[in-house]
Amino acid sequence: MKWKWWYFALILSVLLAVLSPLASSSPDGLERVAEDKGFIEKADSAPFQVIADYVFPGIENEALATILAGIIGTAVIFGVVYGLAWLIRSRRSAQAE
Amino acid sequence: MHIPDGFLNVATAATTYAASTGGISYAVKEVNKNLKEKQVPLMGVLAAFIFAAQMLNFQVIGGTSGHLIGAALAAILLGPWAAVLIMTCVLIAQCLIFQDGGLLALGANIFNMAFIASFSAYFIYKLFTSLFGDNKKGRLIGGVVGAWASVLLASIACAIELAISGTSPWQVVLPAMGGIHALIGIGEAIITGAALSLVMVARADLLQPQKA
Repeated sequence: MKWKWWYFALILSVLLAVLSPLASSSPDGLERVAEDKGFIEKADSAPFQVIADYVFPGIENEALATILAGIIGTAVIFGVVYGLAWLIRSRRSAQAE
Repeated sequence: MHIPDGFLNVATAATTYAASTGGISYAVKEVNKNLKEKQVPLMGVLAAFIFAAQMLNFQVIGGTSGHLIGAALAAILLGPWAAVLIMTCVLIAQCLIFQDGGLLALGANIFNMAFIASFSAYFIYKLFTSLFGDNKKGRLIGGVVGAWASVLLASIACAIELAISGTSPWQVVLPAMGGIHALIGIGEAIITGAALSLVMVARADLLQPQKA
């Protein structure tokens, strides 16, 4: 198989996911505003949890749980969007023939 | 700026769901017409990069963090409609798998971070490449300014939705959201500028003029 340019981009994305435990845990812009302006308590929690807050459940080491969540997410997103783009494109060629 | 459930009233959530759903079906048609074969893997890796980069919150000021949206980079590389689809997939996965952003607020989050962010970045990028020429300089300036503005405008859209929902008064939430995101947008501008520079060195052919 030929080495393609986008393999590098994919590896870079996985490396970013591995770095995710280093991310700032401070509230983001919207959370900060919601806290400061007193409407954060209006937030409802999700009715179900899969990998809530990017921490893979059942793993004691939180950094490891975050890395695992990040790698799973990166892989899933890559697969879904690649597949979707391929599907959207292939429908055109089918129509053209 | 993923809105959780509880911040938006039913009317706002329903309106943004309707707008986003209509926009996404149009985006599918546009991408079906215009996507080139070599852009198929680019869509996948860009989505993966955006998801991973969104996990990396960077410190701004006063105990506040921000993270990349990524719509600007996607819109510049692939055009705004493909960017909308990429961002929509990322936002749906974040909502369903990672409980980041509410289920009822998903329409609004897609409206803000897929549509507003992609199109504002794209039109500003186009404006600058027509002003400075479609060369390295024009693309980099357009990309950086477009990226910064995309965060600011998405946050303004978010603030408007919060105000309409009666969650926070206009005069409070608009300057607060705009102010902090004008700072977070600097991070978006730096990352987008760096990524664009890398693409221009490694794969300049990916940056061919795109149709809207």
